[in-house]
Amino acid sequence: MGTPAKETVPEALRRAVGEERVGRPSASDVVDGGAPRWVARADGTDSAAAILRVAAEHGMTVVPRGSGSKLDTGGPAEEVDLLLDLSAADEVLEHAASDLVVRAQAGARLRDVQDVVARAGQQLSVSDPRPTATLGGVIATGTSGPCRQLYGGVRDLLLGLTVVRADGTVARSGGKVVKNVAGYDLGKLFTGSYGTLGVVTEAIFRLHPLAAERRWVAVRVPGSESAAEAARLFRVCQAAPTGVELDRPAGGEWITVCAELEGRVGATAQRAEELARSFERTLGTAGEVLARAPEWWDELPHEPGGTLLRLASAPADLGELVERVGRVEREHGVSLALRGAAGLGVLHGAVPAGVTPETVARLVEGVRVETGRLAGYTTVVHTPRRVKELVDVWGPVAPGVGELMRRTKERFDPEHRLAPGRFVGGL
Amino acid sequence: MESGALTPPARQEPRGDLDGCTARLRELLGREAVITDRQRVRTYECDGLASHRSVPAVVVLPENAEQVRAVVATCSAHGVPFVARGSGTGLSAGALPRSDGVLVVTSRMRRILELDVANERAVVEPGVVNLDVTRAAQPYGYYFAPDPSSQQVCSVGGNVAENSGGAHCLKHGFTVNHVLAASVVTPDGEEVELGGPAREAPGYDLLGAFVGSEGTLGVVTSITVRLLRAPESVRTLLAGFPTTDDAGAAVSAIIAAGITPAAVEMMDALSISAAEQAVRCDYPEGAGAVLIVELDGPHAEVEHTFTEVSEHCTAHGAFEIRTAADERERALIWKGRKSAFAAVGRISRDYIVQDGVIPRTALPDVLRRIAELSASSGVRVANVFHAGDGNLHPLVLFDGSDPGETERAEEVSGAILDLCVEHGGSITGEHGVGADKVRYMGRMFTPEDLDTMQSLRCAFDPEGLCNPGKVFPTPRLCGETPGRRRGVHPLTEAGLAEQF
Repeated sequence: MGTPAKETVPEALRRAVGEERVGRPSASDVVDGGAPRWVARADGTDSAAAILRVAAEHGMTVVPRGSGSKLDTGGPAEEVDLLLDLSAADEVLEHAASDLVVRAQAGARLRDVQDVVARAGQQLSVSDPRPTATLGGVIATGTSGPCRQLYGGVRDLLLGLTVVRADGTVARSGGKVVKNVAGYDLGKLFTGSYGTLGVVTEAIFRLHPLAAERRWVAVRVPGSESAAEAARLFRVCQAAPTGVELDRPAGGEWITVCAELEGRVGATAQRAEELARSFERTLGTAGEVLARAPEWWDELPHEPGGTLLRLASAPADLGELVERVGRVEREHGVSLALRGAAGLGVLHGAVPAGVTPETVARLVEGVRVETGRLAGYTTVVHTPRRVKELVDVWGPVAPGVGELMRRTKERFDPEHRLAPGRFVGGL
Repeated sequence: MESGALTPPARQEPRGDLDGCTARLRELLGREAVITDRQRVRTYECDGLASHRSVPAVVVLPENAEQVRAVVATCSAHGVPFVARGSGTGLSAGALPRSDGVLVVTSRMRRILELDVANERAVVEPGVVNLDVTRAAQPYGYYFAPDPSSQQVCSVGGNVAENSGGAHCLKHGFTVNHVLAASVVTPDGEEVELGGPAREAPGYDLLGAFVGSEGTLGVVTSITVRLLRAPESVRTLLAGFPTTDDAGAAVSAIIAAGITPAAVEMMDALSISAAEQAVRCDYPEGAGAVLIVELDGPHAEVEHTFTEVSEHCTAHGAFEIRTAADERERALIWKGRKSAFAAVGRISRDYIVQDGVIPRTALPDVLRRIAELSASSGVRVANVFHAGDGNLHPLVLFDGSDPGETERAEEVSGAILDLCVEHGGSITGEHGVGADKVRYMGRMFTPEDLDTMQSLRCAFDPEGLCNPGKVFPTPRLCGETPGRRRGVHPLTEAGLAEQF
C-alpha cells in the first residue's frame, strides 16, 4: 500500500501538493549555512500533512520554516533533506473580538496579526523585534518581548494548537476558550521545542485589550547593584508594569532601567509620575517619564555577523549576573551590549561582529560557568556557524531532565527526522 | 450531602505483586505509615466526587520527598499501580484509587520549605493547603493567585495535578501560570526537578505539560510557586438584574470596553434562592440573576474602572448595585457565591456539579438551551458560573431515590457538555477529566489527538502504572521504546520490502 519505491522525492512531493509548490532552495532557504535538498511549500494543515507523509515515506529530515527570521537559531543543522516552507500559510482565520481570541495559521506574521486585532482595540501580548516573525516561529522558539513580565510568555497566551506529527498525522490540543483543562496541554510542550516534536500549522491565542495610554519610566544608574535595585523597585511597585527592561551599551558603566506602564488615559501618566518621583527617595535620583518607548525598547542589541547570547539567573540575582558577566568580558577583552528583561532576570548579551570564533566560544563558556554558579543558564541565539562547531549553543541540562526530554523526543519523532540536532542535548 | 449518579465501584483485574509491594513499603516507611486495614482504607474510597468509589488496597502516608520516591520506585518494581491524592477535594474523581493499587496520600507533607520574597516565590510540599501559601506570604504583601472555591482545604499538589483555576483566574491565570518549578518523582521512581530558579530555561517545557496532567505523569514532591504582589486596591460590586440575558449583556459590555476584571461571577434565580436559604446572603430581592464583579490593581485605575463597570451594569438593566465598603462587606458579597454548590444541597437531595466552558459570547444561547433541556426533561438546573471566561457550573438537581431520575439527570448533564462542545468550548474548565469525564473526551478530541497526548504519557510512564484510567478513554499501549531509525529502511531501499 506504500508508494512505489521507484517514485523519486520530487515526484512524490509534486503528487502530494502540486507542481508549483515544490522546488529547489533559494538563498533565503539556507538553514544555518547549508542548503536543503528540496523545498516544499504548504498553505495549511492539509498540505503540510501531505508533505510530511512523503517525508516519512522517504525517510527525509525536515526543518519547518516561517519567514526564516530565526532559522539560524539552534544547534548546527545536520544535512537537511527538506525545508517545509509555511510562509504561504499566513491567514488570520478567525478573530473572535468579543471573546478576545484569534486563530491563525502558523505562517501568519505576528505584525499582520497585530494589525488585524488592533482594529478591534486588541493586542496579542507577544512581541518579536524581527519584523517578519511568524506565529509558528515565536511558538517554536518561545520568543516574546518586554510585556511578558505582566502577560506571561507565549506558552501562557497560547490556547490551542494544531500540529502535524513526523508521520503526517494531524493532532490538535486545547481549544478556543481560555479556561480549558481537557487533556494534556501540548501547546506548552511545543512552545520552545524548535520544530523537533512536530510542525505547528495553526494556533489559537488569547488577546488583551489595547491600552488607552502608555508611559515609560526610565532611570539611569551607575553599575550593576543599583541597576538591580532599580529593577527590584519596578518589579515590586504597585504600578503593575507590563515590562521591566535594562539597557547597558557595550563598554558602558551606566545602565538604564526602564518600565512600561499601561492603562486608562490620565491614570497611567499619573502613576508614572508618582513612580518616577519615588526614585528620588529610594535611589537618590528621579526617574524620567517618557511618552514614547526608548529607541532600544523591544529591540535586540544584536548586529549581523555578531553573536547574540541569552543569559539568565533568578530575578533577585540580577546584580550579581551583570557583575559576573562584566568579569568575563574583561577577562576576554570583549565588551557585550546587555539588554533585556531585568524584571525576569533574563538578558540578551551581544558580542560584536569581528570577534574571532575562538574568542566568542571561550566567552560563551566563561559566561556559562558564571550563570551556572547562579543556577542560571547561557544559550546562544544567533551566531556564525563556525562558533557552533566550537561550543554547544544550548549548554548542559540536568541528567534526569535530559533523559525525560530524550524519551519525549523518541515518542514524538522516533526516527529523529524533525530538525535533527538543533535542540538541547543534540535532539 | 453532595452526590452524583452512583456508578458501581470500579473493579480491576489485579496488576503486579501487591503483597510483595506492601511488605517492602512497610520496611521503608514503617508500619504506621502503611495502611491496609479495611475500615481505614475505606475512608479514602473517593475524592470530592463521591459517585465514583473504589477502595484502595493500600494507603501510604509519606512524610518527605525521599519516601515518596521510595514508594513510587517500589510500586514500579512490583508492577503495582499507584494514585496520588492531596486533600481529596477534586470533583472529577481524578484521585479515585485503584482497588489493586497504592494510594499515596500527601497530607503529612505540609511544610512551606522556603519563602523567597526577594524572588517573589515560595517552595512548598504538595500537601500544603492552597490558602496557607497566601497566609504565609501576606505579611510581606504577597499572595498565591489560584483560588479554587475549595482553597481553605485543597492542596497545592492537587492544584498542580488539576491546573486549578478559581474565580480570579480571569485576570491572573491558572495554576500553570504560577508554578515556576516542581520536583517530580517520575513513574519509574526517579526524582527530577522541572523548571528552576532562572526563568524561561531552554528545553522542552515539561513543567508546563506536567501541570494539569492529572497525576498521570508522576507525583510531585515540592512545588515552587510564584507569589503575586497584593494589589493596591480591590473593589467589589454586586448587581441584581431581571434576567441572565441582561447580566450577560452587561458582562459583554464590560469586556468590550477593554476592562479585564479580576473576577466576574454570575448566579441565576435558582442558585440565588438556594444560597439565600443556606447562608442568608441577602442578595437583591427578585433578581433573575446577580453579577459579582471584582477589580484589582493600582488605585487610580481601579477607581476609574469601577465607575465604568457600574455604569455598564445600570445601562443593561441592573436594578440594584451594591459596592463593598470594606473587607467585611466584600466577604458578604462573596458568601453567597462561594457557598452556592453546598447550598444547592438544601433544595435538592442529590445534584451533579457540571463544569463546562463556552466562548463567553455564546452565553445567552447556551443558557436558553439549558433552560429548554431542563423544561423538556423535568430536571431542574441551577446555574452558577465564571461569566468572564464562559466557565459554566450548571448544578443538575435530582433525587436518586426516585427511579429513573438519576439517569435523566445524567442525560441532561451530558447534553450540557454537548452544548459546550457544539459551541466551540470545552468539557472541563477547571475540575479536570479524571475518571468521570473520560467518556466525553471523544466528543472533543479525535483518536489522533488523544494518541498524540498519550505519546507524552508513554515517555513518562510506559508501563501505565501512574494514575491509570484517568484522562484518556482508551489507554495507549506504549510498547517498546521505539529505536532510532533514520532514512529509508535498508530492505525498502533494496527493493525487498515495502515500508508500512
